[in-house]
Amino acid sequence: MDARQVIAKRVAQLLKDGDVVNLGIGLPTLVANYVPEDMDVTFQSENGFLGLGAAPAEGEEDWELVNAGGMPSSIVPGGMFFDSLTSFGIIRGGHVDATVLGAMEVDEKGNLANWKIPGKMVPGMGGAMDLVVGAKTVVVAMVHTQKGNPKILKKCKLPLTAKEEVDIIVTEMALIRVTKDGLVLEELGPEATVEDVVAATEAELIISPDLKRFGVED
Amino acid sequence: MINKIISIKDAAEKVHEGMTIMIGGILAIGTPEKIIDALVERNVKNLNLICDDTGFPDRGVGKMVVNKQFKKMIISHAGTNPETARQMNSGETEVELVPMGTLVERIRCGGYGLGGIFTPTGVGTYVEIGKEKRVIDGKEYLFETPLRADVALIRASIVDKKGNMVFNKTMKNFNPIMATAADLVIVEADKVVEVGEIDPEGVMCSGIFVDYIAIDQ
Amino acid sequence: MSKIISIKEAADKVTEGMSIMVGGFLANGTPENLIDALVEKNVKNLTLICNDTGFPDKGVGKMVVNKQFKKIIATHIGTNRETGNQMNSGETEVELVPQGTLAERIRCGGNGLGGFYTPTGVGTEVAEGKEVRELNGKEYVFETPIKADVALLRASVVDKKGNMIFNKTMKNFNPVMATAADLVIVEADKIVEIGEIDPEHVMCSGIFVDYIVGGDE
Repeated sequence: MDARQVIAKRVAQLLKDGDVVNLGIGLPTLVANYVPEDMDVTFQSENGFLGLGAAPAEGEEDWELVNAGGMPSSIVPGGMFFDSLTSFGIIRGGHVDATVLGAMEVDEKGNLANWKIPGKMVPGMGGAMDLVVGAKTVVVAMVHTQKGNPKILKKCKLPLTAKEEVDIIVTEMALIRVTKDGLVLEELGPEATVEDVVAATEAELIISPDLKRFGVED
Repeated sequence: MINKIISIKDAAEKVHEGMTIMIGGILAIGTPEKIIDALVERNVKNLNLICDDTGFPDRGVGKMVVNKQFKKMIISHAGTNPETARQMNSGETEVELVPMGTLVERIRCGGYGLGGIFTPTGVGTYVEIGKEKRVIDGKEYLFETPLRADVALIRASIVDKKGNMVFNKTMKNFNPIMATAADLVIVEADKVVEVGEIDPEGVMCSGIFVDYIAIDQ
Repeated sequence: MSKIISIKEAADKVTEGMSIMVGGFLANGTPENLIDALVEKNVKNLTLICNDTGFPDKGVGKMVVNKQFKKIIATHIGTNRETGNQMNSGETEVELVPQGTLAERIRCGGNGLGGFYTPTGVGTEVAEGKEVRELNGKEYVFETPIKADVALLRASVVDKKGNMIFNKTMKNFNPVMATAADLVIVEADKIVEIGEIDPEHVMCSGIFVDYIVGGDE
């Protein structure tokens, strides 16, 4: 399994029966592949529907039904279409149980930066700011470092997406929970050691006395 | 899939003394009458009511008013139920009258995560007393705050087993917005169907808001 | 009075210096024929209010490439490199707004509210220069209404009064923008007679619509 699949699988295990979940574009979309079939998870697409299904087969695309990335999608039974107001009412109103999204930087306080690199890249925040503020649980799913440079920092340097909203960080090396006392390393990835994680992380880590390992069955 | 279906009696038992409840309907149209009857029978007291109006003495939430189950009511209109006015005048019940549009917006703020809104409705009237008034772009507005409830009791015409709802004609009114603004949401269903039987374009309010679907069992 | 006009007549309603709202999300639900007519008309110095700037060859992005905007209010410009170029060179002013906040600001404009408090953007660049207020122990940012001179929308089915259906994910910003402009023009995929759309299926009322174009599909 490559790093992205390892991360997606562990994130999927955080979800609970009945949850409403928004998955960001890119790596987070892979999470849907690992939700057990007997578990009822409703995916929300912020461009305007609940019940996001699998991508349609080639030749069966419906360009009136797209996901938040603008690509053809599908709706599962029990879903519903709505406009942007309802969509963000659902998001900001706390009706989304978990949002899973990538990050450029996360820090010890749970601050998140993922929308702007001044002077280099300014795509805009899209729906990310509302999602991170509104969702009950904010899960950052990302590769642990940017080509060896830490992304889990003492303090974010890039412009923030939201202040102190991140709850859990899942990488191929670790599952880290944001707590009042700081970042707690709760689980190690399939091949990582504590030393590896500490070396790849700028932020201080509190090592959980009950440290576990995920992804070993593969 | 989580089973959300419960009996009317079980639905009424989710409401406890002192709670704040929202009830859908305008003049008893779109009101969950069966749950109201069960609450009258259960005789739970000291409730706070958030509802468009107090219905009629023998219809809608008015039956609970007659049974003296509310210590406070937040409503837009009390004129169709003389008992509400009597309790208000005697001081038995506190009544906060809110313009209908403001009531909808306050519930929407509660359900949609907003901290409050500025509305022009009520400027220069009794409604503005004690509220922040602000001039925005040369026009006066009142600051109005969110409303939420412990329990929302709503009524829908068709509900699938996930709680996705269809409200026929003028039975929509406060029902869809109240579904968003309570910790516990119970919908009284006229008809329950399987998941997938309602066209996704025909769903008027999502089942993600619904905790329980109450039916006669 | 017929609301149906030609695409060219519709494009002529948009004049230099106006603010325009354009429906759509990454060009899904965008009135492409109206955009093409505006590119051809080459009207300049417009202010755009739109979720995003589409793609260089799709949606409102075609007007960006044609340098028709002096200011752009959007949530995301990452799919159209030309927007970023114009922003960096200083040719075009870009105001980035969180998507939920953009929708609510347009709603405020269209629904007669003076502004609202949202938790989105607290502690970020978005809150800079804005009132931040603590309400019930939580911080909120004050956001103001947005209106436009013209709204350009796309709908799947429109009756001759302007009542609209938007298929699937083509709803997005279309219904709310219908409420928030002085002049509202809808590009219809299909035009039907009054009464052909079931009143339960109308997604946005024709009372908001001034003109209807298209209907050829």
